[in-house]
Amino acid sequence: MTDFDVIVVGAGPAGAAAALEAARAGRSVCLLERGPYPGSKNMYGGVVYGRVLDSLIPNWWEEAPIQRWVTRRSTMLMTGDQAVTVDYRCSSWGEAPYNGATAFRPEFDAWLASKAEAAGAVLICSTTATGLLRDGTRVVGVRTDRPDGDLTAQVVICCDGVNSFLAKEAGLYPPSDPANYTLGVKETILLPREVIDERFAVRGDHGVDIEILGCTGEVPGGGFLYTNAESLAVGLVLSLPKLAACGRRPEEILAELKAHSAIAPLIEGGQVKEYSAHVIPEAGYKMMPELIGDGILVAGDAAAMCLAAGIWLEGVNFAIGSGAAAGQAAARAVQRRDTSSAGLQDYRRRLDSNFVMSDHRKLREAPHLVMSDLAQQQLPRIACGVMEQLFTVTNPDPKPGLRKIIRGQMKLNNLKLRDAISQGMKALRTFG
Amino acid sequence: MSTDSYPEISFETRMSSVEFRVHERAHITVDSKICADCSTRGCITACPANLFVSTADGGILFNYELCFECGTCYMVCNEEGAISWSYPEGGHGVVFHSS
Repeated sequence: MTDFDVIVVGAGPAGAAAALEAARAGRSVCLLERGPYPGSKNMYGGVVYGRVLDSLIPNWWEEAPIQRWVTRRSTMLMTGDQAVTVDYRCSSWGEAPYNGATAFRPEFDAWLASKAEAAGAVLICSTTATGLLRDGTRVVGVRTDRPDGDLTAQVVICCDGVNSFLAKEAGLYPPSDPANYTLGVKETILLPREVIDERFAVRGDHGVDIEILGCTGEVPGGGFLYTNAESLAVGLVLSLPKLAACGRRPEEILAELKAHSAIAPLIEGGQVKEYSAHVIPEAGYKMMPELIGDGILVAGDAAAMCLAAGIWLEGVNFAIGSGAAAGQAAARAVQRRDTSSAGLQDYRRRLDSNFVMSDHRKLREAPHLVMSDLAQQQLPRIACGVMEQLFTVTNPDPKPGLRKIIRGQMKLNNLKLRDAISQGMKALRTFG
Repeated sequence: MSTDSYPEISFETRMSSVEFRVHERAHITVDSKICADCSTRGCITACPANLFVSTADGGILFNYELCFECGTCYMVCNEEGAISWSYPEGGHGVVFHSS
């Protein structure tokens, strides 16, 4: 007899969804969280896409603690003193059933975990899982840092985040390569609601998400700026090995973004409310661990299910999708009295049949493409250079013509037509 | 654009915006003798909390108290065994509110 049917380690979105689904299926579930409350260790680059919640929590938007519904999604290509922005605005995203929302993770994650509790899961906070309990190769529970804190279960679901020491201890991860990871840093900046509404041209609970390329200097990465109800969040994502080698600290690169002429007027006068940092599993499909072992499943960031695909930057939805699948598969395996690796294969089947694995498999080349020199250095410079030449009126000289401008900018930035075509085809294959 | 009109905050002010519930046990320890042989020292540049400092004798001084528990330091570390990394005791360490 085990203490619980299922132990879920980590009460972020993956863990809360896993606990919710396993508890709903009638299993006894323990949801462990090392922070004082769910979400207290979590930060992100800003948008929760809620469609995955529709089947888990009907009309979730009526109760989820969100900051603003994103009705403007901008992509900005930037150089030191220029910026080109593609700005999409859509009022239907501001109405039910909505698309994306900004939210504070300590609020959102705690809300989702409360749903698991309401379904019968036992949430235990301020408790760190320090290791696995094993019987041979089989995982039979976790050690915790509480006195007499060993807990046994038929299945342990590791939702313990990007560092996942539990999945590593279980031997499910190959040796980690820092090139697969990025560092995210973020400032939450207080501004009055009316000032945000004016500066970003939104009203009510509508908000903006701006994703930025070309703002990280020699370090591959990207930036973001989005609106909360009464604050902004501005931050960077930076390649770990390149950051470590560049000699410039993350907050220095962030200060440059904040001082950029396209960003500074948006954040002017704001007061930093909180600084935060977190590591991101950037490489997606290619860095995923084994997801299933005897008595153990891995989901969310612990399974590298963050989608860092340039035009799509998502993570919370993949955490919820994978966590829910893990909870369902674990409950079924317990019911069928086979929680071996073979008995837990239902998890993989569920992931393969929904967006979690199909998106990751389809976009497996995207993270590499987004971090390439072409996307990071040449594309922002060429885009800005073309715009500058296109809209600078040079009378009395006649206009040069678009083809000449593009050719000239490509040459200036050492991009050969042949390479542009081959990279363009690769991008089409990846994103198409 | 000049950055003068948007003064950047000091690192101390930046870190004072973050809540840390510090436990008496250091959850990360650094073996400065091993660091003395390291020429890359990526931790000094990359640690978002700026917790790694070069010492005059060629080692590394590290303080665990204001740590984001992100994992950057052990991932960029080149020297086997230099950094021993674990999570703080439950309920301790960084506590985010508006992230």
